[in-house]
Amino acid sequence: MRYLPKSDSERRQMLAACGAESAEELFAHLPEAVRLKRPLDLPAGISEYEIVDYFRARAAENANGYASFLGAGVYRHYRPVLVDTVVSRGEFLTSYTPYQAEISQGTLTAIFEFQTMMCQLTGMDVANASMYDGSTAVPEAAMMAARATGKGRILVAGTVHPEYRQVLRTYAKNQGMPVEEFGYVPEAGTIDLEDLDRKMDDLTAAVIVQSPNFFGIVDQVKAAAEIAHRRGALLIVVFTEAVSLGILEPPAEADIVAGELQSFAISPSYGGPYAGILAAREKLVRQMPGRLVGQTVDTHGERAFCLTLATREQHIRREKATSNICTNQALIALMATVFMTVYGKQGLRELAGQNLAKAHYLAGKLKPRFCGRFFNEFVARVENPEAVNKALLKKKIIGGLPLGRFYPELGDAMLFCATEMSGKAEMDAVAEALA
Amino acid sequence: MYPENFRYTKEHEWVLVEGDTYTIGITDHAQQELGDIVYVDLPKPGTTLEQGKSLGSVESVKAVSDVYAPVSGEVTEINGILADAPEKLNEDPHGAAWLVKVKPSAPGELAGLMSAADYEAYIGAEK
Amino acid sequence: MIDKVRPHLSQNEALLFERSSPGKRAYQLPALDVPPVDAAEALGADNVRAEIEGFPEVSEVEAIRHFTRLSTWNYAIDHGMYPLGSCTMKYNPRINELVARIDGLAWAHPYQPEVLAQGSMEVMARLEAALAEITGMDAVTLQPAAGAHGELTGILLIRALLEKRGDPRRKILIPDSAHGTNPATAAIAGYAVENVKSSETGVLDVSALEQIVTGDVAALMVTNPNTLGVFEENIIRAAEILHAKGAMLYMDGANMNALVGVARPGDFGVDVLHLNLHKTFSTPHGGGGPGAGPVAVKKDIEPFLPAPRLKRSGKKWAWDYKRKHSIGRVRAFYGNFGVLVRALAYILAHGGAGLRNATLDAVLNAVYIRKQLEPYFELPYPSPNMHEVVFSDERQAKAGVHTGDIAKRLIDYGFHPYTVSFPLIVHGALMIEPTETEGKRELDQFIAAMISIAKEVETDPQMVKNAPYGTRTSRVDEVSAARKPVLRWKP
Repeated sequence: MRYLPKSDSERRQMLAACGAESAEELFAHLPEAVRLKRPLDLPAGISEYEIVDYFRARAAENANGYASFLGAGVYRHYRPVLVDTVVSRGEFLTSYTPYQAEISQGTLTAIFEFQTMMCQLTGMDVANASMYDGSTAVPEAAMMAARATGKGRILVAGTVHPEYRQVLRTYAKNQGMPVEEFGYVPEAGTIDLEDLDRKMDDLTAAVIVQSPNFFGIVDQVKAAAEIAHRRGALLIVVFTEAVSLGILEPPAEADIVAGELQSFAISPSYGGPYAGILAAREKLVRQMPGRLVGQTVDTHGERAFCLTLATREQHIRREKATSNICTNQALIALMATVFMTVYGKQGLRELAGQNLAKAHYLAGKLKPRFCGRFFNEFVARVENPEAVNKALLKKKIIGGLPLGRFYPELGDAMLFCATEMSGKAEMDAVAEALA
Repeated sequence: MYPENFRYTKEHEWVLVEGDTYTIGITDHAQQELGDIVYVDLPKPGTTLEQGKSLGSVESVKAVSDVYAPVSGEVTEINGILADAPEKLNEDPHGAAWLVKVKPSAPGELAGLMSAADYEAYIGAEK
Repeated sequence: MIDKVRPHLSQNEALLFERSSPGKRAYQLPALDVPPVDAAEALGADNVRAEIEGFPEVSEVEAIRHFTRLSTWNYAIDHGMYPLGSCTMKYNPRINELVARIDGLAWAHPYQPEVLAQGSMEVMARLEAALAEITGMDAVTLQPAAGAHGELTGILLIRALLEKRGDPRRKILIPDSAHGTNPATAAIAGYAVENVKSSETGVLDVSALEQIVTGDVAALMVTNPNTLGVFEENIIRAAEILHAKGAMLYMDGANMNALVGVARPGDFGVDVLHLNLHKTFSTPHGGGGPGAGPVAVKKDIEPFLPAPRLKRSGKKWAWDYKRKHSIGRVRAFYGNFGVLVRALAYILAHGGAGLRNATLDAVLNAVYIRKQLEPYFELPYPSPNMHEVVFSDERQAKAGVHTGDIAKRLIDYGFHPYTVSFPLIVHGALMIEPTETEGKRELDQFIAAMISIAKEVETDPQMVKNAPYGTRTSRVDEVSAARKPVLRWKP
């Protein structure tokens, strides 16, 4: 097998040095009852070329060459070629977690830059080296708020991504953390502040809102902050479309920001791997889960970077850890870092501007359901979403997401997303199908 | 080495009794074992402590150690210098780097603690 | 004699923000084919941000040089061995990178119509089946994003089963040799943790276990082989003890690289286990992630698996959301699909016999290292080891040199350190796992390096204590980094 570098002769030499005649002997100490007495029921190993053929065949069974207007937490954006060039370098791809600082300065420096850019983007004081994804960053933020406030209840907006809310519930249930939802205003598509105020109490650790929200609408972050802070709760602001921060004011009133980085050159890849970010105010840093890279010096006084504040983490704290997380999505964060570098200060703004233009062009031809302001996603009134999508598929266009699956009251609505990758011709075709 | 007027616990805390105020800290042995201290986590003033229960923790780069309350009582003061200079705990654990001051609720608890001589014997045996 | 490395010039490089210059750019977008929109009008003037202060502005050449220079400061598997215990740092096959990037797979949106996602669903179904066969379990979920995430999922599954029985229980037993994620996971899942001491031979003490398994114990979390690299010879008996009291056996699959094709957890009494695709199944660590942590279960736990699950609907795959006993979602969407593709490619490349041969080679490598180093380093537990071996620094500690120092000196010889000071049951541990990726030459160089360092400890311990000398930075000040954390660049 081409990945096993030993020749038979080398194996024989090594076995001899171990005082064994065969590799099987090295397993002789295993109890008889545990041994597998038949070969694994898997086909024989195949060549590189057959592996490619297999996956090409699978790819052919997916959508190919379709335009798509799906957003809903996963976005189609160009991936600058430099991204794969950089992450394909073996020094990045095949390196380990940077516990040994002297031989990991590449990874550590890149993560420090990433943490910096996350702070710049979100307006927060400190950001970690990434979480699994946006959906799991939310319960981690909630648990952080609970630790920081000493309170146990969470209020989450119904306009936060439905699957994110499901994940929050799974985690919260096992922490004995009550989670309650508050609704949205039917015309505007923004959070119902009265509902929030009614449900708010002094036992609430955090209020969680998303902006732009699941409907694509820029939400009432400032107003939510006032309600939360007045009663001693923290405000957690979630984002799923990172490009929006290229043009939208970051949530200055937030105590914690939890978001998804997929828009920054991470392939949609049928749902993962992605990377979440957790950013917060300075005073919350010791409650923050996940890895953190800090600046320091070496014995010669030269600037260097290292993992720090490790005592929050599982390998030291064990059962008292802030979280059980043992990863940071380093390679994914690196893709995002390269993306942010390629676009830079001006580029991210121009990119966001194009997204704004495309989505508003499309929305102008459809019937928006909500009057709230939106970035690159919006909800359109559509009488028969399934029929519309079927018609669009015939034109090799994947239409928007019918919302009935998540919001029964919105069975006549679809969530459309247009990005810099959406062409005018396809958008005109969508408008035609809905006419 | 170990002040005669302190009382000591098996978990390497010390207590200094000054009338109605008890000062609590960790011993020189403890700070040596921990290595360079990077952070000290102390309870807020007003917190009620229970003898034997954790009152906070002390962190080095690679380890965290709980600090256990040698006596029960209410925290009246915490040592402000440790937030900015945790290294003081390595330098002067028996003096300037005390952790908390407490108003005791059960002075009888002192009787169960060790004298300096007993503590020195205890850590000598541990080695 | 250090022969694996020579000094080499590496480029200096500042941070991106220090290299930036107003107006520099590395991008170009196509022209808009629709009218531009005034942001203040569309979003409301209050909602439009000023420019992102401090964000990088560099040219494409500066960008590529920046990251390339940084990359040259890293050690990686592509350079040489990582002897890290329980990390299984094996070769990351490049074909896996290619297939994960095939357009139809890489651009698939999780919400695209199922009829246009059959390829992705087939990949996931095929991987589930392969992992079930390898582990001897009945059902597999691919949702968890990492090993620790899989652990949490596994414990939540146990909790759900016990709650359904009306017998929730409050404790989880964890050996003192366990990886730190185990007790952290148990705590996050809402359980109290009770430590189980290892026996004097380093394995589970089943008579001690029998005493502490009560009706309040939900599960025992075990790693097999354990973190000493020793097979838990009493695992079947342990499973019997637990099951007799209605408790479950959870296995941390971190050390599966010693078992694939040789023994199956499902056959020795495990009820739930998690796998680490970034360990046993070769997906790249990428400097710290992404990984994936599938969970495999016996059939009585299957109803509780995270939703949705793949089901066959005629000739097609479909996502089944009607899973009323499911613990819910542990993350959005279906799993780290890109990582799953790589793991499946690895399995296809090896095939059943190939996977078994990899295990044989992995164990041979570790036993070979043990035999060669035993004369020089203390072996606290003499039991036969499998894919990894644990020494202690007892002999070197007499000269004041500890495992961390030896590890740093190993860097000068051109290797990444082994795992230092873990497992905790060995004082001053050196935990070494070569994996099957290492050939005889690399192993011999590693062994020669370790022996040379052992000799250096005797003749010049202070030199070893101040290592490394040949690296881009010398030892970094972790104490200041923790006392006064600087976690971002500021102008």
